[in-house]
Parts: sequence; structure tokens; C-alpha cells
Amino acid sequence: MIQFNQAGKRYEGGSEGLSQVDLHIRPGEMAFLTGHSGAGKSTLLKMIAMIERATYGQVVVNGKNLSRIRRRQIPYVRRDIGIIFQNHKLLYDRSVFDNVALPMVIAGHGHVEIQRRVRAALDKVGLLDKEKRFPIMLSGGEQQRVGIARAVVNRPPLLLADEPTGNLDPQLSAEIMHLFEQFNQVGVTVLIASHDIDLITRLGHRVLTLDQGRLVADVAAVLADEGSGHGPVS
Amino acid sequence: MARSRKAAMESDQLATGKRGASAAAGGGIGRLHAYGIAHLQALVFSLGRISHSPVSSFMTIAVIAIALAMPSGLHVLLKNFQGVSAGWDNAAQVSLFLKQDIDQSVVKRLDTRLQAMVEIDSVTIISPQQALAEFRQLSDFSDALKALDDNPFPTVVLVQPTMAYSAPAVVESLLIRLRDLPEVEVAQLDMEWVERWYALMEIGKRAVFILAILLALAVLLIIGNTIRLAIQNRRDEIEVQKLIGATDAFIRRPFLYSGFWHGLLGAILAWMLVNISLLLLEGPVQRLSLLYDGNLDLQSLSFGSSLLLLVMGMLLGYGGARMAVGRHLRDIEPS
Repeated sequence: MIQFNQAGKRYEGGSEGLSQVDLHIRPGEMAFLTGHSGAGKSTLLKMIAMIERATYGQVVVNGKNLSRIRRRQIPYVRRDIGIIFQNHKLLYDRSVFDNVALPMVIAGHGHVEIQRRVRAALDKVGLLDKEKRFPIMLSGGEQQRVGIARAVVNRPPLLLADEPTGNLDPQLSAEIMHLFEQFNQVGVTVLIASHDIDLITRLGHRVLTLDQGRLVADVAAVLADEGSGHGPVS
Repeated sequence: MARSRKAAMESDQLATGKRGASAAAGGGIGRLHAYGIAHLQALVFSLGRISHSPVSSFMTIAVIAIALAMPSGLHVLLKNFQGVSAGWDNAAQVSLFLKQDIDQSVVKRLDTRLQAMVEIDSVTIISPQQALAEFRQLSDFSDALKALDDNPFPTVVLVQPTMAYSAPAVVESLLIRLRDLPEVEVAQLDMEWVERWYALMEIGKRAVFILAILLALAVLLIIGNTIRLAIQNRRDEIEVQKLIGATDAFIRRPFLYSGFWHGLLGAILAWMLVNISLLLLEGPVQRLSLLYDGNLDLQSLSFGSSLLLLVMGMLLGYGGARMAVGRHLRDIEPS
């Protein structure tokens, strides 16, 4: 699902955001990306989502070699990736329903289909009763769940999350992670950047550790039936 | 759960297709339908945006309206002046000064010959005696005339061309033919002031045309600037949309429709402004009309001109938005 072959990101000043990373995450796998701030977690996620491009090496996502994707095709690559941000990146002048519906509107789905899938996604994150609210009326945890509903409403094969529990208390963080596990259980590949080591180790999935742009550790899933145990989907 | 797994597989299959979106929207007709829906959504959505900030929207639309109303109003005024001057074409009159000592019977024959010409509407003969009498009545030289033995005035024939032959160019050729008649000493066209009027109208038309172009440019810039500000205000939103797979066309669409609406609403308001102005002018024009035998009638914008105004508004709105969108949307990329 995600493959980095000696890929890196070098900035104009000569500093490297990511250096010679080799990485392979199989379809249906769930993995955590950890490391200090500035270690390159966000850069790695951004390269998958084509927010940044690798300056060298090869990045293959969902069978597509990203260096061959032209600017005009980027939107279609992103539609297959659900992205969850630490600061939610919701549209604050639109209702919860409209926020979640946006990816489907963008993809050009019909009205009935949108209604059905948005409600399903909101139901999944437990916010069905708040679809008419505006994001500003919701708590941080609820806003994050709106962001998750928006990321999954199109049923992308890959979910990326950048510090999804960054501002949440341990209880809420665990709930959010559990939500990701549920999506993973139905075959979605999940990659989460987080520095919450305690939580990550407790969950027992594959953990990739970055340090100064280099992949320094790749610890396989602790539990035999977790992680890549669900087989390929694509 | 099972449904979700199936859906995930669906998504994965879609991902292998060339374009997720078009595949998701179904076949050819479905795609077209979705495309139409997307446009309709953007159309309504952008109108909603305009109504969300009524005051600032109205101010922008009012500026556009005034800019559009100026050339439209001048165009109507010009049309009205032309209507008035159409009646003045009768004033294109040719005076034929006949040779001295010409016989009355010759004058008679000339009269019938002229009457028979298709170009000529009417012929009036002023005999030397009549001319002398008139001159005596109207000038202070009556004493000087007494000193003369003979009547110095020639016979004058006033030729009135028909309407069809009154235009400056046509009447000119008639003049040349009349000048060549053996009985005629001098032929003179009394329409210099009509020509001047026509020349003035030409200048007026040209001026309105130039003004229209300048103000159209102004409308283009006003809308371009409005849309540029709208794009800046929606920077975050555009970023988010790009992050979740919106194409440039999708992001562009509401801004283009916003420009379209500004142009159209501005044109409608301009149309109203022109008609209200004409209503205000109606009273004074009517009073003037009474002084001119009541044949002045104020015309308003014709159907064709109104349509042109609306179409221009829409095109300028869309064009202005297009300019701004092309330049500024590309700059916004998620980071």
C-alpha cells in the first residue's frame, strides 16, 4: 500500500526532512509512526499525501508511483487517502453534516448516496445526533471525530493521521485509537503519526521510529492476530 | 462491518481506475448528470454566499451597476437624439438660383420636370418679385434697393428631396445633377448644419463606445478584485478542499459563478437605473415636446439593448472572475 525506496526530502538550504527511507506497509496493515518533533513524521505523511514531493528516491502509494503523478492528477490520488489532522482542518462556517459530506460532493456523488454515507460515517464515530451543529459548538474530541468521519466517508483504502490525539486526554485518545482499529479491522490500511509512546506500545501494532529524518527502528506488531493479519485488500 | 469491507474493496478497485471521481459517478450519463449537479450546486452556493454578506455584496454590485448604466444611459440618449434628428432630414433642401433673364415659360417647364423626378418631393418657385418683397420686409437695405433700376434677384427654386433621398450622401448626388441643368446658375445644398449634426452624433457615438470599453474594463477589474479578496478570505477552505481531493475546476467553480452573479445582478440594477433615470426625464421632455409640436417621444432601452446589457454583465462578471481565479488559486497549496 505504501512503499518508500531510498526516498528522501531535501530542502533548499540543504537540510533533509527525510533521508533515504526504505519502508513497506502492506495493504490492511496498521502502523504507528513515532519520533521526536522534527524527526520527519509529518514530512513522511505529507509525501504520501503529495503535499510534498520526494526530492529523490521512489514513493509508491496504492500502486501509483508518485513521482510520475502530474499536478492535475494529484486530487485523484488524494481521494483514495483519508487524512486526519491534529488541528482537524474543518470548515467552521459549515455544519458537521456538510463538513463530512465535502469529500463526497467533491467526488461528485448523488444526493441520496451522500445522505446515506455521511449518516453512516457519523454513526460510526458516534456523532449522528450532532449533524446539524457547527464544529465550533463541539468539543475537541468531537471535532476530531468529525475529521475522522470526513476522512472515511469516501471509504478510502488508506487512512493517514497526523497526531490525531495530540490535544486529547488519555481516555479520549484511547477511544480515537480504538476507532482507527475498527477501520483497520475492515481492511483499511492505517498509518498514524504520534509521539504518545505509552498509548502506542499498549496497542501493540507495528511501530516505525524516525530520528532526524532517518528510519531508525521498525518494530513488528506484538500480537500475532494484529497488524498485517487481515490480508491484502487490493 | 461486512458492508464496509465491501466498500473498502470497491474503493480500492476504483483507485486502480484512471480517475476515482469519474468512476465513482458512474457511466457516461451518470457522469454528465453529476457534472450538471455540481454546476447547479456551485451556482446556487455562490448566490448564497453573496446573500450572506448583503451590504458588501450590494455595494460591489452597485458600483458595477453604475459603471454599466453610464454607457447604457448615454446610448439611450443618443438614440433619442437620433430619433429627433430623423425628422430634420426634411431640412435637406436644395436651392436652385436660376440664370438671370430667364423666361417664365422656361421656369414652368423646369418646374414640371423637377416635379416628375422620383427623388423630389416638392418644388417651390420664388419669383424675383416675391424675393424682392420678402427682402424688403426682412432687411434694412430697402432704401439701397430703391436705388437699383432692375430687380437684382434671380428666380429661386426650392427643391425638397423625398425622405429616401435626404441622407447627406444621396442628396449630394442629386445636387450635382441639378447643378448641371442649363437653367441653373447656382445650386446650393442647405444642409450644412444637418451634416454638422450628423458629425456631432458620430462623435457622440464614438465617445459612448470608448466610454463603454473603459467602463467594461472597470467592471472587469472590480469583479476581479472582489473575487481575489474572496479567494484570500477562503484560503483555509481552499487548502482543506485541495487536501481532500478537490480538483482546480471544483474549487474554481463557485468563484466563477460568483463573478457571473455579480455581473448579472449589476446589469439588472444598471437596467433599473437607466429606466428610473428615463422616468425622471420624462416630465421635462414632455414639456419640451409641447414646444416642438409634440413629436418628441422619449424611448427607453430597447429589448435588444437590454439583452445586450445583461449578456455583457454576465460575460464581464465571468471574465473578471476568470482572471482573478487563474492567477490566485494556483498560489494556494496545502503545506
